[in-house]
Amino acid sequence: MDLNDSPEQGAYRERARTWLEEHRAEAPVLRGEGALTDEDEIIAARRAWQGKLAEAGLAGVTWPQEYGGQGLGPIEQVIVNQEISRAGVPGILDSIGVGMLGPTIIAHGSEEQKSRYLAPLLHGDEVWCQLFSEPAAGSDLAGIQTRARQTDDGSWVLNGQKVWTTNAQFAAYGLLLARTDPEVPKHKGLTMFIVPMDAPGVTIRGLRQISGEAEFNEVFFDDVKLPADAACGDVNGGWGTALTTLMFERVTIGLGSEGMGYRSDRFAHAIAQDAEAGRDSDVRHRLGEIGTDLLAIKFSGYRTLTALQRGQIPGPEAGLAKVTLVNAAIRAGDLIADVLGPDALSEPGEWSYMISFLPGLKSAGGTEEILRNTIGERVLGLPPEPRLDKGIPFAELRAKEKEAIAG
Amino acid sequence: MNLALSDEQEFLRDAARGALARHKTVEAAREAADGSDLPDLWPTAVEAGWPGLLVSEDNGGAGLGPFDAMLVAQECGRVIAGVALLGHVPASYLLDRGGYSRIGEIGDGSLRAAFCPARPPGDVLGEWTVEPRRGHARAAAPHVSGDSVSGEVAWVPDAPGAGVFVVVGVENGEPVALAVDGARVEDATVYDRTRPLGHVSFDGAGGERLDVSAEEIAAAWYIAQALIAAESVGTVETGLEMSVQYAKERFTFGRAIGSYQAVKHTLTEVLRQSENAKSLLLYAGWAGEAKADEFPLAASAARAAAGSALDYAARATIGVHGGIGATWEHDAPYLFRRAQVSRRLLGGTHDAVDRVAGELLATAV
Repeated sequence: MDLNDSPEQGAYRERARTWLEEHRAEAPVLRGEGALTDEDEIIAARRAWQGKLAEAGLAGVTWPQEYGGQGLGPIEQVIVNQEISRAGVPGILDSIGVGMLGPTIIAHGSEEQKSRYLAPLLHGDEVWCQLFSEPAAGSDLAGIQTRARQTDDGSWVLNGQKVWTTNAQFAAYGLLLARTDPEVPKHKGLTMFIVPMDAPGVTIRGLRQISGEAEFNEVFFDDVKLPADAACGDVNGGWGTALTTLMFERVTIGLGSEGMGYRSDRFAHAIAQDAEAGRDSDVRHRLGEIGTDLLAIKFSGYRTLTALQRGQIPGPEAGLAKVTLVNAAIRAGDLIADVLGPDALSEPGEWSYMISFLPGLKSAGGTEEILRNTIGERVLGLPPEPRLDKGIPFAELRAKEKEAIAG
Repeated sequence: MNLALSDEQEFLRDAARGALARHKTVEAAREAADGSDLPDLWPTAVEAGWPGLLVSEDNGGAGLGPFDAMLVAQECGRVIAGVALLGHVPASYLLDRGGYSRIGEIGDGSLRAAFCPARPPGDVLGEWTVEPRRGHARAAAPHVSGDSVSGEVAWVPDAPGAGVFVVVGVENGEPVALAVDGARVEDATVYDRTRPLGHVSFDGAGGERLDVSAEEIAAAWYIAQALIAAESVGTVETGLEMSVQYAKERFTFGRAIGSYQAVKHTLTEVLRQSENAKSLLLYAGWAGEAKADEFPLAASAARAAAGSALDYAARATIGVHGGIGATWEHDAPYLFRRAQVSRRLLGGTHDAVDRVAGELLATAV
């Protein structure tokens, strides 16, 4: 048991640290004095910064060398993440593309797709977005209804709607899961596509949330034409491709030990500013429980990393850490607002923003309830819920749903 | 970065599981609850070398760290075995470092020690305190003058039958640890017969003053916290395994009860809490070996998470089993009894939660 670097890892860390120190001045300033305020300027600056990180080998650390990566392990990626955090500079802009979508293309894409898309993705020249969730398909992702129909010349026509799409407003491409055959059971008739976001018929709209800010987008597809070679992976094999993306999502989350900034020391600092609160036994008990949870997931992250280093892939139990994280952060928001009073809810403000963001985060990546089902079945081996959708062609399933609603 | 167990640690854990499997510990718990004597597992501990885990090699021990002792404690917890390590191991840590004259006998287990723990001062309660016999207010630590000690420590784990007591007292406001033979022990075992307890009083008894620092005396308290945490996690594992097995086999309304979300989510919650506690056992084990300034935080967080997990798991185990889980003949009540007493020992789980807050606040200002 050792949390320290090996000599090789220490040398790697030193190289990353030195580069970041030498190039710190080139990083965009996002907070505090001299911070950029214009959204377009911020995106342009962060894309350029991602390009510099990629040139320096500090992006796509685990990507194979033939696609511009470093061919290193997850521990080196974590070292880079830690050093970027330590240097106080932003990380890459397109963490979804580099962490999840690029690796999916590497695993399932054609050679033409790899040579066309991967380098600009890694360097931030083309940002990507993930077009999976729909208004009627979130936790039950295989229930998506966005339809891709093949025409006689082999090209595709796309119709439907996606939602919760991060970065869609400035993305060049999206990786989209669509239904290509509704006459087979729902997991079997899906295909993954590469979609240019500037194609005619693509409409992107910001989706405002509780805070009033639009963190995500809705994306609409009206008769969007895609070339025959737009499929990524096998036609009607899209579910397997999607599972690859979701596996890389778990790895990406596992590598991000910072817990989205929801750290025990940050919350303790807020409470410690109020000497009276720091001696109140109820406040202390609540803080102690929140701190315990957040420390636990920090070390759960190290456990995941240990597994990754040994070549194991994190399973759905890594999702339990997300449950703990979100609920601990929710309780922290409640505690801080209880201590500070209504002032904590002033907008814009650090705490009001966090309090507004968390109720939605509870369902991000699949609702807590479905996650608990999955873990109960896959990890504990409990018998599955009886399911009414197994083996039924998707079109028939939809007809049954409509019938049930009509009563 | 590597949180995996070493080969030696895996061997230690597997050997402990094997040694304990030779005893019918859960049956013994039931028989003890009916008034029989608890079988003495100390010879098993001696044979396995557990009494000397924290005793340095120069003193004839294994020279291992808190995490190794926690692995053994976790195995004891899995089978609710009444092995007197919660008393002996923290005591042996101070005896080894403090130049105790009979350390060889401590290491080989021919002399069994019990630790009369004192809670180190915190940011709110600034004195060294010990468990009271009853009530919310903590009691003052025993008074030390030279090599004699007066006072009482209540609810001391493994006190009945111990050969030497390591008592933490206060002299001129400073903590002092003494090894005392001549203490009066009143058997105070309650509710969980697998967990012998005693009220230990000292009436000016003379002892051997141990040459240890205040930091080392505090570390003994946190070693005890880490041990009870590890032991609790072991008990949680057993409760979860029993419950999952039953949820697959018991059918209602034509399907296994484990297929119902209400049951599945309850058991997933046990798993979630258990995994969190296991992560914190690693934190405590690492800090105990390599990061002394974080050991109070790490051990307290492990205790807090493990205590909460055991509370939840013990009730869930009864609940998932339905009415049968609440009967004398079932194993679930012995996990429950263990949970009820553990929660209230060594300052109680709530004090560990408070310590987490205190440590976080102290470094946050």
